[in-house]
Amino acid sequence: MTRYSALTVRQKQVVWAWGFLAVPVVFYVVIRFYPTAQAFVLAFMEWNLLGTRRWAGLDNFARLWADPVFWQVFRNTFVYLLLGTPASLVLAFAVAFHLDRVRFMHGAIRALYFLPFMTSAVAMAWVWRWFYQPVPIGLFNNALATLGIPQIRFLNSTTNALPAILAPAIWAGLGFQIIIFMAGLRAIPRSYYEAARIDGLSGWATLTRITIPLLKPTIVFLVVFSSIGFLRIFDQVFNMTTNDPGGPLNASKPMVLMIYQTAFSSFDMGYAAAQTVVLFLVLLAVSLAQLWLMRDRP
Amino acid sequence: MVSWKTSLLAAAAATAFGATGVRADVEIEYWQYFFEARVKAMDELIARFEAANPGITVKHTHFPYADYRTKVAAAIPAGEGPDVVQLFYGWLNDYVNADLIQPLPADRFAPDRIEADFYPMVQAMKIDGAYWALPTAVRSLALFYNKRLLEAAGIAAPAATLDELVEHAGRISVVDGAGNVSTVGLTTGMTAQDHHWLREVLIRQFGGAPYTEDYRTVTYDSDAGRAAVSWYVALEQEHGVTRAGFMDEPQAAFRAGRAGYHIDGSFRIGALQGERGLDWGVTELPAGPDGSRGNYASYWVNSITSKAEGERLEAAAKFMEYITSDEAMQLWLEVVGELPAKPAAAATSAEHPVYGPFIRGLAYGHATVFADESAQRQVFVDMVNRILLEGASVTDSLAAAAAAEQAVLDRYFGSAN
Amino acid sequence: MTAPATDAPRAAAEALLRSPGPVRRRVAAGPAVRWLVLFAGGVAMVAPLAYMLSTSLKYPFEVYNLNLIPEEPTLDNYRDVLSDRRFGWWFFNSLLVATLTTVSNLFWDSLVGYTLAKFRFRFRQVVFIAILSTLMIPTEMLVIPWYLMSQQFGWLNTHWGIMFPGLMTAFGVFLMRQFFQTVPDDFLEAARIDGLNEFQIWWRVAMPLVRPALAALAIFVFLGNWTAFIWPLIVTNDQHMYTLPVGLTTFSVEQSVQWELIMTGAAVSVLPTLVVFLVFQRFIIRGVVMAGLKG
Repeated sequence: MTRYSALTVRQKQVVWAWGFLAVPVVFYVVIRFYPTAQAFVLAFMEWNLLGTRRWAGLDNFARLWADPVFWQVFRNTFVYLLLGTPASLVLAFAVAFHLDRVRFMHGAIRALYFLPFMTSAVAMAWVWRWFYQPVPIGLFNNALATLGIPQIRFLNSTTNALPAILAPAIWAGLGFQIIIFMAGLRAIPRSYYEAARIDGLSGWATLTRITIPLLKPTIVFLVVFSSIGFLRIFDQVFNMTTNDPGGPLNASKPMVLMIYQTAFSSFDMGYAAAQTVVLFLVLLAVSLAQLWLMRDRP
Repeated sequence: MVSWKTSLLAAAAATAFGATGVRADVEIEYWQYFFEARVKAMDELIARFEAANPGITVKHTHFPYADYRTKVAAAIPAGEGPDVVQLFYGWLNDYVNADLIQPLPADRFAPDRIEADFYPMVQAMKIDGAYWALPTAVRSLALFYNKRLLEAAGIAAPAATLDELVEHAGRISVVDGAGNVSTVGLTTGMTAQDHHWLREVLIRQFGGAPYTEDYRTVTYDSDAGRAAVSWYVALEQEHGVTRAGFMDEPQAAFRAGRAGYHIDGSFRIGALQGERGLDWGVTELPAGPDGSRGNYASYWVNSITSKAEGERLEAAAKFMEYITSDEAMQLWLEVVGELPAKPAAAATSAEHPVYGPFIRGLAYGHATVFADESAQRQVFVDMVNRILLEGASVTDSLAAAAAAEQAVLDRYFGSAN
Repeated sequence: MTAPATDAPRAAAEALLRSPGPVRRRVAAGPAVRWLVLFAGGVAMVAPLAYMLSTSLKYPFEVYNLNLIPEEPTLDNYRDVLSDRRFGWWFFNSLLVATLTTVSNLFWDSLVGYTLAKFRFRFRQVVFIAILSTLMIPTEMLVIPWYLMSQQFGWLNTHWGIMFPGLMTAFGVFLMRQFFQTVPDDFLEAARIDGLNEFQIWWRVAMPLVRPALAALAIFVFLGNWTAFIWPLIVTNDQHMYTLPVGLTTFSVEQSVQWELIMTGAAVSVLPTLVVFLVFQRFIIRGVVMAGLKG
């Protein structure tokens, strides 16, 4: 047994690192990985939550492959990701960047942007659903009617439903992203800006050569985390389409909603677990690809 | 916290009577979903039951409605659940197959007496010669109408036939200059009660049957089915007397006074009675082209879980017997407004202005045997959406719906057997 | 506190903050326009919340009317919601669970995030990806295993049972890892030479430098637990153990929803989160002045 003091600096670091990680590793293994493994095993079984479980081999996956609803849901999920992540990040960065330079009523304005994120998703989804209704009760369509513009079917449409649900999802998450961007901006040492000023860099050059590169860890976090968020979108869809979940005609249904319905409306746990495995693999692939693309290159 | 106080009282009472040799205390647990009137009614029933049965206490637990099914399904297989549980009639098969509930003891629940007393649809609760569950109350559908709107349109009596319904709805609906509906003649929405109306009422009224007797084979992809669906979608597409999803939910439109007619269940009565400024009436569902009537009936049942054994089983059976008694049904009607499950149980007659149409509907109502109610509902929702949103033909959309629903049934009954 | 953040550079940095920044100088009318646009955007953001508040002050018959100011305003809904004796319990349970979970996450997530950002050891990336992968499973699929686990250990219907799955989160680990990466290594090295052990370096040197991130983490964890629904529902049996979101679903009854009460519940439950936000956002706004650090 080597004494601690005899270790090299590097070896000491390893000891500290695993010391710090000991409790978390136990936590993640017991509370997270073990139940996840159970869910994965279920993917090869048939189980209605009440009765006994039966082995089903690859049946659930074969059924998934042949299920047209699944492929539509798969596509929808990626539409949420590809529209939602860039739109929300650009918006959030623009707001955070400018808000960072505002002194007057700074706290109040920031609170305005953050309030939607704090409010119950169920309540907010209802308000939005109400805004989207046709006349006489819908806010948007009433405005259109006043202007003499024909009505727009927002939710009751196979083409408009998904974007109409995505908008409040972006709206609700914007405050979160702004806060993270602000925290990132605030963590950039002021000395860099001072140096830029002395060098006479233009605003745009400061943004692209100093702010954005130094903000990279924040951007990596937000890209990966928002992508996971949009791939796992559920609350807004579920609450805005309660009567016809993910409808009409599955036009707005994302994967998590399909999993939820399969598990807790149809009680088809094995099939839901198979969908979970697919979702997991998709999320893992997307996240790893993003982390790899945005890695620190020497 | 009611339960520990009552157990304490019961314990005190038991000690007091201990010398006289009254048997030991038993506590059983009862689960249902939360609905204020139901909880109030059940608390009252439990109080009366406990007074009549010293030594037995009932712990009453309730959960939010939206997730009641998930909650029960998580707890009962783990052995954490109640002794007596309320289930939707459509879930029964799953609980029987998984051995989670037990047959009602035949000494207190003789099948022939149940069949003599209860509405015939309750026979769906009989499996292998024994009854596994019984309802306190049942529900059916009826046609609500807004008296003011009918009067303004010069309609003397509410629609009694489907033809009258279309004609009245046309007179009531209001469309503005831009073609936008501001008042509908009749609310429609497959996501609400219309899928029941179409499935169990309209298809039969147009001369067909939705399923075979055992509800395992879809039979509505027929002339009658096409006629019924065509009639239904014509309300919006041809007559323009309704719009699917108007005011988000049919009941919201009716409550806001922006709909002449509205089909809904007896469970809606309570909410409508509290609605200010709404003058409404209710009548039987309109008769079909051949003059026939139809209705959809459903119910929640009470059942004893497999967990209850020995003394607890005895207590649970006694409790079950009480909550399915005439007295309990009468109280349930008064407090909750749900119809007694025995025709003879309540003093309220079939002529009652509000309950009457529902009670009469029970006589000819069908209770669909669902394999997966939400999936089967979705089939109907999608069928109508294909026609209204995507311009599909009735024939194609109905055929696709029949195939989709048959797949749901096959998967369920195929695996359950 | 840390050595380099002496008063002189801080003052210089604050002076810099007050002086017109590089972007501001380009457009003369910039600041006013920027402020107006941001403010207008903020007002638009809260418009739906205004309707939430307005609906909570309406009688049921008026719920679907578009007017923002109720014709007959009423506090009946608030009376209904707040007079429910159970409401106090739900509020307390949510507050307790959310607070303890937040404290746990602040400690553990930053410890793990720091380790993953600043130590070099084998399997570091594996540990990171493994923890990150827990974000990729919907909670709904885990509740049944958690339920059986809780039953075995007797955690059903307890505060511990409600909060144990959330004591550490991959979200927090990831966030803190990213922010610790921005802390210059020289800084930690200096502390090492001063004779601090690794735990002291983390706690006394690194942690103060990521205060904005810690504040953001606190806000998000608190919020996440304040609104958590499915697990608290499954694990509790007794109404007195419900958390606020579970309790508030009692207004969503069979076949119908009492929207005016849902809106009231939402309005009431947003208040504590607002307080938490206002308290912690001070740390974000202040930021970290790391002038004097060499780049």
